[in-house]
Amino acid sequence: MSNLLEVNKVSKNFGDFKALNNVSIAVPKGSIFGLLGPNGAGKTTLIRVINQITMPDNGTVHLDGEALNENHIKDIGYLPEERGLYKSMKVGEQALYLAQLKGLSKAEAKTRLKYWFERLEIGDWWNKKIQELSKGMAQKIQFVVTVLHQPKLLIFDEPFSGFDPINANLIKDEILRLREDGATVIFSTHRMESVEELCDDIALIHQSNKILDGRLIDIKRQYKINTFEVGIRTNNKAVLQKELSEKFEVSKANFKSLEDELKLNIKLNGDAPNDLLNFLTSKGDVSHFVELIPSVNDIFIQTVKNN
Amino acid sequence: MNHLPLIIKREYLTKVKNKSFIVMTILSPIIMIALISVVAYLSQLNNDKVRTISILDESGLVESAFQSTEKTKYNILHNMSLSDAKAIVKETSSYGLLHIDKFSNVDDISNHIEFYSEESPSISIISNLENQLEKKLTNIKLEQQGVDVSMINASKVYVDIAQESFEGEKTSKIDSVVKLIFGGAAGYLLFMFIIIYGNMIMRSVIEEKTSRIIEVIISSVKPVQLMLGKIIGTSLAGITQFVIWIILGGVLMTIISLVFGIDMMQSPQQDMLQQAMESPEANSQIQNLINAFYNLPITNLIIAFILFFISGYLLYSSLYAAIGAAVDNETDTQQFLLPIIMPLILAVYIGIFTVIEDPHGTVSTVFSFIPLTSPVVMLMRIPFGVPIWQQLVSLLLLIGTFMFTVWFASKIYRVGILMYGKKPSYKELIKWIKY
Repeated sequence: MSNLLEVNKVSKNFGDFKALNNVSIAVPKGSIFGLLGPNGAGKTTLIRVINQITMPDNGTVHLDGEALNENHIKDIGYLPEERGLYKSMKVGEQALYLAQLKGLSKAEAKTRLKYWFERLEIGDWWNKKIQELSKGMAQKIQFVVTVLHQPKLLIFDEPFSGFDPINANLIKDEILRLREDGATVIFSTHRMESVEELCDDIALIHQSNKILDGRLIDIKRQYKINTFEVGIRTNNKAVLQKELSEKFEVSKANFKSLEDELKLNIKLNGDAPNDLLNFLTSKGDVSHFVELIPSVNDIFIQTVKNN
Repeated sequence: MNHLPLIIKREYLTKVKNKSFIVMTILSPIIMIALISVVAYLSQLNNDKVRTISILDESGLVESAFQSTEKTKYNILHNMSLSDAKAIVKETSSYGLLHIDKFSNVDDISNHIEFYSEESPSISIISNLENQLEKKLTNIKLEQQGVDVSMINASKVYVDIAQESFEGEKTSKIDSVVKLIFGGAAGYLLFMFIIIYGNMIMRSVIEEKTSRIIEVIISSVKPVQLMLGKIIGTSLAGITQFVIWIILGGVLMTIISLVFGIDMMQSPQQDMLQQAMESPEANSQIQNLINAFYNLPITNLIIAFILFFISGYLLYSSLYAAIGAAVDNETDTQQFLLPIIMPLILAVYIGIFTVIEDPHGTVSTVFSFIPLTSPVVMLMRIPFGVPIWQQLVSLLLLIGTFMFTVWFASKIYRVGILMYGKKPSYKELIKWIKY
């Protein structure tokens, strides 16, 4: 799969402050790419570099194989974290203006806006002023404006903030649909469960440096610790635990279940999972057998702490 | 992609459609005209009042000097004591009583003249009385010493120096006044325009920052384009407002003077002018006034006005835009506004005090070259005839500075619009330029 966006060794200094240090990322075409990192890590600066708001001191950015230039403005849709609209302007006028700034003709923008307003059931907002709308309502309009010109690359910075669960779900479905239609999405958020749910690839930025990137599955494989969470029904828990701890690394596990069973985390040292399973079935009834896969949250915290 | 026209259009339309803008546009001339009419009406009332001044001339020498006019009536009292006269004056509610003591010597008389009144009399009345008395007493004294007064009057000579430049252009005192009015109006107009619409630009930049729309916009357009669009759009709205003010003001003024018969232009100065006109030289005065208009370097004035106005305005408004970008809210702007307003006020003061005194003196000339003051000062100087090379040099300096400030402002703007939370210091602003 080819990459839609390639950021190559980009650095950016603000005075003495290093905001980005030799950061490279590659965003595959048609993927949802999670850009993660603690507050102040440099995510927003990187996003601004991609949007040509900030010029990098060093390094290059290529979109669709072409060095970033003015013509790419219409290929990118950006929903910033710090977002707002003109308070005293009418919704329709405002959306038309912003769409025209992205290079759409007025007529084209109007047709598409009508379509999207119908789709999100906000058609009757056209003549309202932004100050009459709630925050969530305004966010919906911003979302529409971001995707209206059908950009190849969509950049969402905390897209779900300000939405109730119903609307957040609606927006999530729209993002997935846009990806199906061929768009590539960069997704920056602190909500790890949505990363888990949506992202194919991630990059982790910490203190201006990229410290981790790749396909989410590969990263999880890399971070897994060969540990299984098991539940087993037995008459003599203490004996079984002792027997197990002679063969494997064992620690207490905590998960919810209906039975009163022995719950353990068991780490395999070179043994195959089947060896463990065979051993367990010979000792009692196995009610629970799951490989512990690290969550994005765990990976995030662990990696940031280690750096 | 060039979005400048689109941005200008939006800026213009949102300004013009704004409710407070519409209210200001319509209300300002109405309020102004109302104020002027009230003042004119009141001063007319004042002028119509007839004052009576009683005179008790015990010497009997000077009473013939006082001839009643439309506005002042003189009531000559005879054969009574000072205290009786005072009582009568009080009763008849005259304005006051002028008492001339009984002396035959002119010097004694002049030292013993007194004016009694309820409230302290106006300076103009006293000096008027003094003038008449002085004239009369001087004549009496001259006659006493055997001088023929009529001969003195006959031999008075009036001088009116005709002014002409080496190029043969005739000028006069009235010329200077007309030039002053033109130059002053041009300079002041620019000053007002910068203050009003510069602030408007600044507020609109701050609004974009506080509403957080800025990042969405500059992901589509270059900050410089946005800034220029803002400046031009707001200026066009300003010009619209100015034109409406002038038209509305003119119409209202005509209506009011027709309906209520109030002459807006009536003022004491005009009375004096009218008196002057009644003299034999009146015709030549009017001729002079007309000549004065023709003598103005009209073409030069118009071209220079447009060029200096635009460059001067752009210079200042880009600074206003930069300030708006540097801060988060309007209360933080004071610190940065001062250094902008200072040269502007300085320019107007130099224009008023120095250019009038000596339009081609060192101070006026120097300040008409310094870019921050040159638009105002040069506009005030031009009616007096400034060599073309001076205008060109000043304009080039101004345009150079204007390009520099736009560059400088756009740097600050570019960084500032994305900075939230803290008020930057001057040091930080300088740092931003390197970002």
